[in-house]
Order: sequence, then C-alpha cells, then structure tokens
Amino acid sequence: MAASFLFVMLIMPLILVAKEALSKGVDFYFAALTDEFALKALYLTIEATILAVALNTIFGLASAWLLTKFDFCGKTFLGSLIDLPFAISPVVAGLFFIMLFGRMSPLYPLLQEYNLAIVFAVPGIILATVFVTFPFITRELVPVMESQGRSEEEAAATMGANGWTIFRRVTLPNIKWALGYGIVLCSARALGEFGAVSVVSGHIRGKTNTLPLHIEILYNEYNFTAAFAVASVLVLLAIIILILRNLIENAGKASLQVSNLKAGVAND
Amino acid sequence: MFGKSDVIPGRRLTLGITLTFVSLFLFIPLAAFMLYASGMGFEKFFAAVTDWRNVHAYGVSFFCALTAGIINALFGLIIAWVLVRYDFRGKKIMDALIDLPFALPTAVAGIALTTLYAQNGLLGKIFYGIGIETVFSPIGITIALTFVGIPFVARSVQPVLKELDPQLEEAANLFGAGNWTIFSKIIFPELIEPLLTGFALAFARGIGEYGSVVFIAGNMPYETEIAPLMIMTKLEQFDYQSAAAIAIVMMCLSLAILLVIHGWQARQLKRIGGVVGA
Repeated sequence: MAASFLFVMLIMPLILVAKEALSKGVDFYFAALTDEFALKALYLTIEATILAVALNTIFGLASAWLLTKFDFCGKTFLGSLIDLPFAISPVVAGLFFIMLFGRMSPLYPLLQEYNLAIVFAVPGIILATVFVTFPFITRELVPVMESQGRSEEEAAATMGANGWTIFRRVTLPNIKWALGYGIVLCSARALGEFGAVSVVSGHIRGKTNTLPLHIEILYNEYNFTAAFAVASVLVLLAIIILILRNLIENAGKASLQVSNLKAGVAND
Repeated sequence: MFGKSDVIPGRRLTLGITLTFVSLFLFIPLAAFMLYASGMGFEKFFAAVTDWRNVHAYGVSFFCALTAGIINALFGLIIAWVLVRYDFRGKKIMDALIDLPFALPTAVAGIALTTLYAQNGLLGKIFYGIGIETVFSPIGITIALTFVGIPFVARSVQPVLKELDPQLEEAANLFGAGNWTIFSKIIFPELIEPLLTGFALAFARGIGEYGSVVFIAGNMPYETEIAPLMIMTKLEQFDYQSAAAIAIVMMCLSLAILLVIHGWQARQLKRIGGVVGA
C-alpha cells in the first residue's frame, strides 16, 4: 500500500515529465533547452541559488554559533524568529518585499533618485530566495552543535587558540556533514522557489525570469513539450540533490560512528 | 546581553552578523509590511477581508490543506512503519524518494500532476471514467497539496519509531496482548506527538502553497481559487491594500494552526509527565 501510494504520487509524475519532454523528438527537446530565454533563465536561477546559499551559509554558521555557544536573554525568541519563514506563505513573503521596495514604500523616492531597481529586478529575486531559505542551515546546525557541547571549544580557547582557529580546527570537522546537508536542502529550495519569486520578479523575459517561472510561461502559452523539456532539467537536478543528500547522510552517520568509537576508546 | 566574559570567543561577531541578517531579511520586510497594512484603515481592511470571493478562497485553501494533511498523516504513518519495520529490496531508494517533493520545484510538480490527472491523462482517464473530476476542482488542489506534504509526516514519525524500545512490545506480547492492542496502546501513543507535528507542518505548508496548485486548480472564481492566488490577482490589479489584508488573514491562519498544535502538545506532555510522576 505504501509502495503503490508512492508510485502513483511520486514516480508517475517523474516518468510523465520525461515522456512529455521527449514527445516531439530529441531535436525539439534540445532546441527548447538551448532557447535564448531558457538559457538566460537558467543563469539567473543559478545566480540566485549561489548567492542565497552563500548568504545563508554565513548566516547559518554565525547564528548557530551564537545560539549554541552563548547564553543570553531572548535566545528562544531569536530561535523562533529565524524559523518564521516556514510559517509564512512564499507569496506573502514576496509581498513583504513589494511593500518594502515598491511604489507604496517610503523608501521608493530614495531608490528612484539613485536609480536602484530592487523589486521586478534581480536583487528582489535574490532577497526573496534568501527569505524563503532563511532557516534551513541554522536548523541543521543547531541540534548538532548543541549535542557536541562547548567543552572542546572552551578547551581550545583556554589554550590560547583564536576564534577562527577554533572554528576551523575544532568546530568545523564536527559539523561539516550537517553543514553540507543544510546547504543541499537550501539549494534545492532556492532552485525551485516559485511563489515568492513570482511575486517580486515582474516576469520580464530574458531579464527577471527564473527557470520555474519560464516553465510557467511556456505552459500557459500551451507550449507543453518545451515546458516539460525545461522541467526535465529541474527533475534531473532534484534527483542529483536527493543522491547528494543520501551520500551526505551516510557519510555523516559513518563519521559519527567513528567519533563515538574514538570517544569510547578514550573513555576506556 | 553584553559585557559578560565568555571563554569561547566570537560573541560580538556572531551576534552582529545574526542581528544584521535577521533585520535585513526578516525584520525590516516584515515591518514594512506591517507599516503599510496599518495605514490602510479598518474599513478598507474589513471590506477586503470579508469580500466573499476572498472568503471562499480561504475556505478552499483551508479545507484542501486539511484534507491533504489528513491523507498524509495516514500514509506518512504507513510509509514510516514500512521503512522502519521491514527490510526489502529498494528500501533505500524508497527512503530517498520520500524527499522528492522537497527537492522537486513546485512548478514542475504542478504541470506534471495536471497533465497526469487531466481528462486525457494517464490517471485522469481512470478518475473521469468513474465520474470524478480531478483537474480544475478542489480534488485536484488536494492532490497537489498531498504531493507537497508527503515528506512531513513520514520524516517526523520515522526517527521516533526507530527509537521505540522493542522490549515494551515483547513484554506486551508475553502478557498476551494482540497485535492491535500493542499498536493502539503501546506504539501509537508514542507516535501522536511526531504525527501531529508532521501534520501541522504539512497543513501550514498547504495553506501557503502556490506553485504546485495554480496549474491544477484552474483558478475559477468562487470555485477553485486559493488564498495565495487571490494575493497574486490583487497584485496584478495593483490593489496592494487588499493583497495585504488577505496576507494578514493567511498569516493568522498558519499561526493559529501552529499555536493550537503547540498547545495540544504541551498538554499531552503534561499529562504524560503526570502519569509518570504518579
């Protein structure tokens, strides 16, 4: 029963994408992929994903360090604030940025003066992508760093190591798999984000269209085969992400077992 | 908050980075939204919130997300059970596949499901054959939301089920408890909490979901319009005030779901704690 549910819900859509994408032959398939607008959309998607992941990695590491290595008042509040984007619809998140930078915003005259376009332009897409992926890396890091405790870092600090050395030599080896896992999840979401990006993008072809938005346009123009051809690229990326996720999870488990083993030996 | 001597360095630096990011990406956008919404005036807000077409859209979002959440609670439990308790070929692939809805862009899922369940689609043929309209109907929306929510329940139940002590079940078996009794009296109570957490996450996600739904819904006024779509429609008409009003209703809705589940969990924990204490 579980298998048939998963087959109908998960595998059939994947097979369908492949079938529809190739329904007009291989030539048409590659023509749809190498279309000027499809390529531009691909570049923009990659650009937004890389920037969002980079920003969220910095934020994830800093916030996880803050939340697990120090005590301060408002810690729980900060933790739930970081989780907020999970409770907010991506469309509403996009709306936030329209309100902040759009025509009704108090900032608008200032932006006009310096000729800065944020919404309906690339920066808006990046901001919206960062918003929806905000909690991912922090959420993966905090439980791992919490369970590692502070003693190793404290020992290193007492022996005179500076912050960067402690992070690189003591903390990072312990959290690298969790960090990798968070980055994979964050990339997956950033690649496929639709609702939030759709609100702030303005759908300018060749300029502010990401790959998922390009699929929507093709589909709405009844250009189904091309839509599925572009979709197949994203399916491929999704499968790569799933494989990476599993590899990281297995590697993480193995390294955990090794470190437990070491700890066991040390205790003996 | 400041001026305490820590052994581990980096308090100021990480606090600075964290607060900068939280302000730039969360707080300022949220504040801009609140500022705009508060300048709207109560009458305009009330009119937008209670507009019948919008009310209908909240209803569609709410009930379709609720149904999808219930379907996922049921199947998520079964999937987690199968993955934890049985060994079979392809188990690893099945385990990995569950996360597909997280990895697959929602727009791709949307067009694939629409084509699959359309009247001449592979699965649509079967459903239309027995008189069920799967596309451009609330059923279609529920299908899309079920797809999106599959990982939530399975992934929150799985680890708890794995940690369950098999000795309890063996003991119950020795005392002559049947399979059903063991499940309902010993296993299920342990799973209520992760089951509810997963359900709440899937439910909240379903209410906000847009990408996978727009294609299959057909977006007919008073029939298959969902709340996020109404925001998009208002934005296209440059009616920012109504868009903000609908957004506030949606935020209250997801917040209420999370709070109810949190409250329920806290009560459960207290009850369990009480029993253990006695």
